[in-house]
Amino acid sequence: MSQAVDKMLKLRENPNPPDVRGGVGVFFSGGALSCVLVAAIALFSLLFWRGAQAFWPRPLTEWKMENGQVFLVEEFETKADGSIRARIANREFQPGRLDFVAEQPELIASRSNPENAVRVERAENGPFHGYLLSEGLGDTGATGLNVKRPNGEEVFLPGDSVLRVQYPNQMSFFDRVGTWLANLGRFIIEKPREANTEGGVLSPLVGTALMVFLMTLMVMPFGVLAAVYLNEYAKDSWFTHVCRVAVNNLAGVPSIVFGVFGLGFLIYGLGDTIDHVLFGVGEGDPSIFGNPGLLWASVTMALLTVPVVVVATEEGLRAVPREQRDGALALGATRWEMLSRVILPGAKPGILTGAILAISRAAGEVAPLMLTGVVGLEQELPINAEPPFIHLQERFMHLGFHIYSVGFQSPNVEASEPLVYATASLLLVLVISLNLVAIRWRTKVRRSLQGR
Amino acid sequence: MTDTAVTDVPSEPSVKPTTDLGRIAADSASRRAKLELSEMVIRSENLDFFYDHSAQALFNVDIDVRRGQVVAFIGPSGCGKSTFLRTLNRMNDTIPNTRVEGLVKLDNVDIYSPDVDVVELRRRVGMVFQRPNPFPMSIYDNIAFGPRLHKKLSKSETDDLVEQCLRGAALWDETHDRLKSSALTLSGGQQQRLCIARALANDPEVLLLDEPCSALDPNSTAKIEDLIFELRGDYTIIIVTHNMQQAARVSDRTAFFLKGKLIEEDETTQIFTRPSHDETEAYITGRFG
Repeated sequence: MSQAVDKMLKLRENPNPPDVRGGVGVFFSGGALSCVLVAAIALFSLLFWRGAQAFWPRPLTEWKMENGQVFLVEEFETKADGSIRARIANREFQPGRLDFVAEQPELIASRSNPENAVRVERAENGPFHGYLLSEGLGDTGATGLNVKRPNGEEVFLPGDSVLRVQYPNQMSFFDRVGTWLANLGRFIIEKPREANTEGGVLSPLVGTALMVFLMTLMVMPFGVLAAVYLNEYAKDSWFTHVCRVAVNNLAGVPSIVFGVFGLGFLIYGLGDTIDHVLFGVGEGDPSIFGNPGLLWASVTMALLTVPVVVVATEEGLRAVPREQRDGALALGATRWEMLSRVILPGAKPGILTGAILAISRAAGEVAPLMLTGVVGLEQELPINAEPPFIHLQERFMHLGFHIYSVGFQSPNVEASEPLVYATASLLLVLVISLNLVAIRWRTKVRRSLQGR
Repeated sequence: MTDTAVTDVPSEPSVKPTTDLGRIAADSASRRAKLELSEMVIRSENLDFFYDHSAQALFNVDIDVRRGQVVAFIGPSGCGKSTFLRTLNRMNDTIPNTRVEGLVKLDNVDIYSPDVDVVELRRRVGMVFQRPNPFPMSIYDNIAFGPRLHKKLSKSETDDLVEQCLRGAALWDETHDRLKSSALTLSGGQQQRLCIARALANDPEVLLLDEPCSALDPNSTAKIEDLIFELRGDYTIIIVTHNMQQAARVSDRTAFFLKGKLIEEDETTQIFTRPSHDETEAYITGRFG
């Protein structure tokens, strides 16, 4: 009897037991989400961790080898086969100019961290590891540093090639953090040096920013106007239907195809014509706009991103309620006044969404740029103090291509590997922060449209 | 503008109990005739209206609206009263594949003739819709929207106009300290009065109200009705309504529509006490509709 009552009470406590039949669905969908999250976190942490390491001042370790050689190295990691990967530096003294080695630990007789070891960063030949003897005059009379190589040989480093002298083994943790921050800052504000293996990424950063800026200037008016025509002026017919399908398909065209178009039509077609007609460039003369350059790269990118702008803007236009259109017309607004004063402001969130998507896409896209104006190394920035200040016909550097070029085309792939991660992190940060700024702006606009 | 006395409105005598029906009717008829000659604002003649090239929504509508009056259009859903209202400021032009036959005259000018400027027509014939539709901008900018389209005003002129219109729509006291805040922060009833104020800012002759209270609570409805009463005499007001008490309360004359036809149009007291058509009587006594 009392058992029956207990049972009833238990039933009462939980009158609606959870629906266990949904369990499989929850398991798979939740599992899929976790996988995505893990992948994203792994991507970000790998890039940022490896990228951050590029600027960390590592201690210098003196290796006395079994065969009598002496090296002063930055130790990087222990490889799978047990060997230690390390940077010897002093590139000009190494056979094959390779400054990275991987040695088995049993070949190293002793390892120590001498207090007075210096790393000298130089404008050429990468860093120098050794011991500082004195500042003085060289054989040619130039000022510079008298230094000793780890093996005892004395060398003279001319002063104009010396950038910085560091004593990494004397640094406290906070010194290292300070040096790390300084290195990070220099990475952003310095131009690349030594075939991109040293120095910063100012040129690719400026190139990317300028290209994206010009692309936005071109794509937004065209995309918005095209969407306005499709949505507001054109009657619903097979023609507008075909237009919409075509625009949507344009978004799916492989980006390298746009590059080919840019090269074939814009550069060789339009560019050559401009040269011929406006600048009188004849056969055999160096071409001005008939070459890949900033302008054509931006135009190509604008073509590539125009579909997302059109689609997002149409979405935004459709979100403006019919009552507001009627309201404007009933007050005696012409169609254009209705569009410009009520509908376009109301469609701003959609337009901004288009801009966000276009900018993110353009900042990260590389393939079409390789054909239309990006190069691996360009000393001059496309924007400088020389009139006309923005050099639209010049080739430029781009972060996305810089990653490829540093990682795979540089003469010293190992030395530049940390820079690949650092550059990739920077590109990621750039795209994410552009997105965040635009999303915040859109939220603000949306709020003001909702009267909050 | 709201304290102007409502005069020359012939509906008052007929409300009184009639001792000498013939004399009063003749008196009022002669006055009305005089008004028709001098004060007619809107006249439609043989008006037919078609949707989608062929579906006829209005049949042969003839109506005169005199200046300063409040006219209510009543009738069951789909009877064409809103369609007719929208022909008066050519809002139906925005619907593709529609066609108008017959005449609509505003101050004796056919508004469908090719040389009529629709923008100017809509400035003179303001409209307020069923659902409040303030633009997503400040209260101030909402009011100034129409005037900025049609003329150049200095800052102080605009300020004065905004205040005048908000006062005219009995909204000034509630909004004068937050003119710069978004119109969407107002309540539904306030938004609708804002829409009326916005229409007033264009200095219209005629105000078309398309079921202005159907989305509002009784309290806001009462405020709109008060407002209509205040505006009466200064503006010619045509109001479409489903609410017969509202029509009886606010209008001088009432028109009853059924299936796209104007069944009868008369003084409101007449319609609601002695309608001359059986359909009208059936509708107002609630037997259908």
